[in-house]
Amino acid sequence: MNLDTGKNAIIRLFNVTKHYGGKPALQNVSMDILPGEFVFVSGPSGAGKSTLLKVLYLAETVSDGQILIDGMNLSRISSTRLPYLRRRFGMVFQDFKLINTRTVFDNVALALEVAGKKPGFIKKKVMHVLRITGMEKKAHVLPPTLSGGEQQRVAVARAVAGDPDIILADEPTGSLDQESARRVLEILLAYHKKGVTILVASHHLRQLEAMVTGRSIVLEKGRLTSATRLDPYTV
Amino acid sequence: MTRYIKKALADIRSNRFLNLITMVTIALSILAVSLFFLFFENLGRVLDGGDRTGRAMVYLAPEFSETMRPEVESAVQDMAGVVRVAFVSKDQALARLKNEMAGSTQFLDTLKESPLPHALEIQIQTRDGFEQMAAAVEQIESLEMVESVEYGEKWLARFLHLFHLFRMTGYALGGLFLLIAFFITASTVRLVFYTRQSEVEIMRLVGATDRFIKMPFYITGLIQGGVGGILGLLILYVAYLLVGSGVSGIMGDLFDVNVRFLSFTAMGGMLGASTFLGWFGCYLSLRQLLK
Repeated sequence: MNLDTGKNAIIRLFNVTKHYGGKPALQNVSMDILPGEFVFVSGPSGAGKSTLLKVLYLAETVSDGQILIDGMNLSRISSTRLPYLRRRFGMVFQDFKLINTRTVFDNVALALEVAGKKPGFIKKKVMHVLRITGMEKKAHVLPPTLSGGEQQRVAVARAVAGDPDIILADEPTGSLDQESARRVLEILLAYHKKGVTILVASHHLRQLEAMVTGRSIVLEKGRLTSATRLDPYTV
Repeated sequence: MTRYIKKALADIRSNRFLNLITMVTIALSILAVSLFFLFFENLGRVLDGGDRTGRAMVYLAPEFSETMRPEVESAVQDMAGVVRVAFVSKDQALARLKNEMAGSTQFLDTLKESPLPHALEIQIQTRDGFEQMAAAVEQIESLEMVESVEYGEKWLARFLHLFHLFRMTGYALGGLFLLIAFFITASTVRLVFYTRQSEVEIMRLVGATDRFIKMPFYITGLIQGGVGGILGLLILYVAYLLVGSGVSGIMGDLFDVNVRFLSFTAMGGMLGASTFLGWFGCYLSLRQLLK
């Protein structure tokens, strides 16, 4: 299945294949994602959803095929350029990936520190995103003292702090209760409305699909099997 | 840079024990190496001589007569490096010998005349080392009426040989201590890095460059090296204050030289070496770990 939406796409995949020790995780995946699109990637466990996201932020390299991010060919990106590419992404993971020895504020600030932003700007921006995510009052606590939902909101705050063009969320609600999941998704939706491109990989999307206009794609055994346009008013 | 320094200080605080071990190891290594330096610097000053002169005896030929004395004395005095010339007649030499032999001089009383040669007791500058003395002696030996010159060259050569041997051993042991400190620093960086591996992974995911990740480690290494170096020199200085005056008294009596603490150049060198050591341990470890 080929999801070609034209040359204006911010993310383009051409016959992307990824093998792990001969076992295929992605097979000939081709698709385009337009700027500002909300894309759900669903499918059963082991279908290749996480791998798809990993090859996008270059945690893994593809075995075959090509990926273009805003016209940049990922296979030609040097290791010294990679950090600059990653700053264009905001990433959210199921296991949050927060630094437990740093406060909530410091965790969020990290995304701006790596970009060399000034301390004054960082303070202002971090407090702003913590306010949006409802974590302002927990700015000076350590992540292990927070609930899973709160930790994920901190992770989302970190993902959006650097004003990314694209947010990649790998099972962002996987370990959260319904209420926490809803709050996390609301934050993502708010950024989607601001024009940020969002890719969410999850194997239980019913709650997500009911909230947003976007596109749902399904992966099975590493292959793209279906694509549906979502509209919450018609679901 | 302030951000990196703050981060490095925070890292040191959060890994107090490991960092303390590294600093103490560097301090002990610097202490050992500085001790060698202190020893050799002071021994060097002893070799140079307290007043920077050496004594030599110029034995004159049997044909020498007292009438030739002004001419020979002046020829020796004009030699480069000679600072004092004193004539010792054969009778004076015999009297000295009798004096030195104390009670066992009966056989000397049987002598009709002194069998000892006339001599000149001279002092030669050794500011540029004993080689300067050897050169002056060689020139004096070539003078007419000079039979031979003695200045304890065999003893001196043996002493110099021993001194060089000591110095080489000192260099080798010093190098060994520095190498040990280097390996311990590198290992500490590895341990700290492993404890922070997930943090480094997260940093990379949010777009940190290698420089951003490495800088706090480098600054930690520089601080470890610098603090270790200062600590090592401080320990040596305290030891010097405690035992230095006693040793200085003995040295003063024996060689007319007082024990001095390390020169500023040597201290600067030690501090530079320890700081470099801290950084270099970090550099090599990170180069391997962040491949």
